[in-house]
Amino acid sequence: MADFKVPELTGEIITPKVTLGATSGIKPFPANAELMGKVGFPAEKSADWKVKFLAKMGDILKKYKSVRVFLDICVRCGACTDKCHYYLSTGDPRNMPVYRQELMRSVYRKYFTTSGKLFGGLAAARELSDELLEEWITYFYQCSECRRCSVFCPYGIDTAEITMAAREILDSIGIGSKYNLAIINKAETIGNNLGMPGPALRNTLDFVEEEIQEKTGVDVKLPLDVEGADILLVTPSADFFAEPHIFSLEGYAKVFHQAGVSWTLSSHASEGGNFGMFIGNYNHMKTINKRIWDAARDLKVKRVIAGECGHAWRVLYSFSNTLNGPFDFLDPNYNVPQHICDYTLDLVKKGAIKLDKTANDDFSVTFHDSCNVARASRIGNEPGGQFTIPRELINAACNKFVDMAEETIGERTFCCGGGGGVLTDELIEVRVKGAMPRMQALKRVKDSNGVNFFALICAICKAQFTKIFPYYGIEMEEVGGIHQLVGNAIVLGAKEGV
Amino acid sequence: MNGLSSVFNLLAYIAAAVFVLGFLNKVVLYFKTPSPLKIPTTPAPKTSMGVVVRLIPEVLFFRSLLKGGITEKILWLGGWVFHVCFLLIVLRHLRFFTYPVPECIMFFQQIGIWAGLVFPLALLILIVRRFLNDRLATITLFADYFVLGLIIAIGSTGLLLKYFARTNLVDVKAFILGLLTLSPVQLPDSPMFLIHFSLVLILLVYFPFSKLMHAWGILISPTRAQVDNPREVRHVTPWA
Ligand code: HEM
Ligand code: SF4
Ligand code: SF4
Ligand code: SF4
Repeated sequence: MADFKVPELTGEIITPKVTLGATSGIKPFPANAELMGKVGFPAEKSADWKVKFLAKMGDILKKYKSVRVFLDICVRCGACTDKCHYYLSTGDPRNMPVYRQELMRSVYRKYFTTSGKLFGGLAAARELSDELLEEWITYFYQCSECRRCSVFCPYGIDTAEITMAAREILDSIGIGSKYNLAIINKAETIGNNLGMPGPALRNTLDFVEEEIQEKTGVDVKLPLDVEGADILLVTPSADFFAEPHIFSLEGYAKVFHQAGVSWTLSSHASEGGNFGMFIGNYNHMKTINKRIWDAARDLKVKRVIAGECGHAWRVLYSFSNTLNGPFDFLDPNYNVPQHICDYTLDLVKKGAIKLDKTANDDFSVTFHDSCNVARASRIGNEPGGQFTIPRELINAACNKFVDMAEETIGERTFCCGGGGGVLTDELIEVRVKGAMPRMQALKRVKDSNGVNFFALICAICKAQFTKIFPYYGIEMEEVGGIHQLVGNAIVLGAKEGV
Repeated sequence: MNGLSSVFNLLAYIAAAVFVLGFLNKVVLYFKTPSPLKIPTTPAPKTSMGVVVRLIPEVLFFRSLLKGGITEKILWLGGWVFHVCFLLIVLRHLRFFTYPVPECIMFFQQIGIWAGLVFPLALLILIVRRFLNDRLATITLFADYFVLGLIIAIGSTGLLLKYFARTNLVDVKAFILGLLTLSPVQLPDSPMFLIHFSLVLILLVYFPFSKLMHAWGILISPTRAQVDNPREVRHVTPWA
C-alpha cells in the first residue's frame, strides 16, 4: 500500500547510519494566497522576503528567551542526535534535533552574531537563499514538536521551540502550511477544526445518544450549550465523528451521567485543539483559546474539563491562564481546567461511579504516553501525575494492563509520529516511519503479553495510529481512548449508596 | 618594564574586560528577554525551591546526559571529568592570585596537579568521539574542535611549564599580582609562559561569544528553570 519502505517490526530500535537527504523530498502542501490572507499572513513570498525574514527573526529573538538562549548555548554534544523518532526511522541527519536547529542557528550566526558576521563560513554561518528556505520548509515540518530531545539535552534545549519559531518566520514571509492554516481558519470562524457548524454538532450528539441507548438501554444525554450547567467539557472535535474518538465521547457522557452532574458541551468552543501552537503563533493561539474562556463564562459553568487531547491539554493547562487570564469565575475548589482522567479517577476512588473490569476482559491493554501530556503539562496535583493517573484509571477499568519498555514511556515516551501539525497525507511517509520506535515497543508487548488494545489520551495520536497501524499489519481497531475502556466498564443505572 | 611586558599587560586588561563585560552583557540580554509562555519540560517541580533541587544535579552531575545511551555515557565520562579537572585546575591556579595564599587554596595544590594530568585525556575522549561517531561527525563544526584544541593547548603548555620548561614562579606571581593591583610589572622571562598565558587570554575573549555561554545558560534555560504552576499563578510578559 505504500510507495516507500515501511520499517520492519522486529521489536528493536536500532540507531541508523547517517543518510544525507533521506527525506529531503517530503514537504507540506503550501497554503494558497486566499488562505494565507484569511489567517492574516502575507499572500505569497515577495521579492524582499529576506528583509521580512530577518525582521521577524530579530523580533522573535527579542521576545523568546528560549529561542535566544537555545541558539547560543548548544555545545553540539550530540546527546539528542538519536533521540528523535524521525531520525531513528529515516537516518536523515536533518532529523537529528541539533542538526534541525542548525538550520536556524546558521542563519542566526550570519545575521545576528559578531563572529558570524566576521568569519562567515568558518563560523558555520549561512546566508539566506532559496535553497535554505526549502530546507526550512522540509525539516521544520518533519518535527512533531514532541520535546523528546529536550529530555536528554544537558541544557534542556527544546527543538520544538525552534520549530515553532521557524514556522512563524515562514508564515510571516508568505509560506504557510495548508493543513495547519486551514484548520486554524476553521477553528476561528466556525468554532472547530472540522468546520462543523452548531446544528450539525447537535445531530451528531443525537446520534451518539441513540447509540448509547441502543447498546445499554440507558438514556444518557449529551447536552449542548446548556446555560448554568456545572461542567463545561471541551474536547477535540474529532471526538464528535471519528473512530475510535467517538467511543471516548460515549465514555465521558456515561461518566457524567452516572456521576449525576449537570454538564454541557459548547458549540462556540466545540474544539479543544489549538493549532495556533503548532505554528508558533501567539495571537492565533490566544484567539482560539479565547473561545473556551468565553464559552465557560457565557454558559456560567463552575468547572472546565478537558477531553482526551494532547496538545489541547498543553494549551489549556500551561498557556490558557497566560493567554486569556485566569478562569477566576470558576469554582476554585477544583483544578481549573481539569483533565478528564483526573476527574474520572477521582469519581472512581470516591466510589461515585463503579467500573466492572470484566467488561474489558477481551483486551490486553498498554498505554501510550502522549508527548504533550507527558513532557509539556501535568495531570492532577503532583509532578508525574500525567503518568500515574491515566494508568490508575486504566487499571481500574480492566484486568490486563502492561507497560511498554521503560525507555519508551513516561518522560521518554516516543511520539506517535503525527503530532505537532504534521498529521496530513502528503507527509504520510515521515508519519509512518516516525511511528517506528513506538511500534517496535508495542510489538514487544504484543509478543510478550498479547496486547490488543492501545490506549491513548490524544486525538491526534488516535488519528495517526488508526491510519498507520495497517501499514505495520496491525488492525486499526486496536487503537482506542482510555474513556472507551471506561465506557465499556462503567456500571450504569441505579446507584448504591451515593 | 620592556615593550613586550607593556603589551601583555595591556592585552591582559583588554581580555579581562572583554570577558567580564561580554559575559555580563549576555547575562543581562538573557535576563531581559522574556519567556512569554510556561514551557518547563515536565514532570517539573511546583516551587522555586524545587527548581533549585532540579538544577543542582544537572549542574554538578550532568544528570540529563545520564538518561541517554552508551554514546552519552562516554560523553558523560569525558565531559564530567573534563569539567571537574578544569575546576580543580582553576582553583589550584588561585595561589598565583592571592597573597597570602588562603589555607583552602593550599588544599587544592596536590589534587590540582592530578587534575592537570587527567585533563588532556578527558579532552582526548571528547575530541576522538567527534570523528569516530558518524552522527557527531556530521554535527561537529570547526568551532567545536577549536575550543577543544585551545583548551588542550592551555593544559599541555601548563604541564610543560610544570615539568619541562620550568619557570620562576616568583616572577609569575609578581606578574599576576601586578595585574591585579593595577601596578603592572615585568613579564616572567619564559616563552612557554607567554604561550600559556596568551592562550588563556584567547579563551577569555572567545568565551562570551561562543557556546561556552552554556555555563550560564544551564541555569536559566526555561525548560529546566521554570516552575510548574501555570494554573495557580498567571505568568505574564509585557509584550504578550
Ligand atoms: C567556566 C565554565 C565552563 C567551561 C569553560 C566549559 C567548557 C566546555 C567545553 C569546552 C565544552 C565542549 C566539549 C566538547 O566540545 O566536546 C563543554 C561541554 C559541556 N559542558 Fe561545559 N564548560 C563550563 C561550565 C559548564 C557547566 C557549569 C556545566 C554544567 C552542567 C557544563 C556542562 C557541559 C556539558 C554537559 C558539556 C557537553 C560535553 C561535550 O560537548 O563534549 N559546562 N564545556
Ligand atoms: S543535546 Fe543539547 S547541547 Fe547537545 S547537541 Fe543536542 S541540543 Fe545541543
Ligand atoms: S521535538 Fe521531537 S520531533 Fe522535534 S526534533 Fe525534538 S525529538 Fe524530534
Ligand atoms: S499527537 Fe500525540 S504522540 Fe504525537 S506529538 Fe501529539 S501528543 Fe505526542
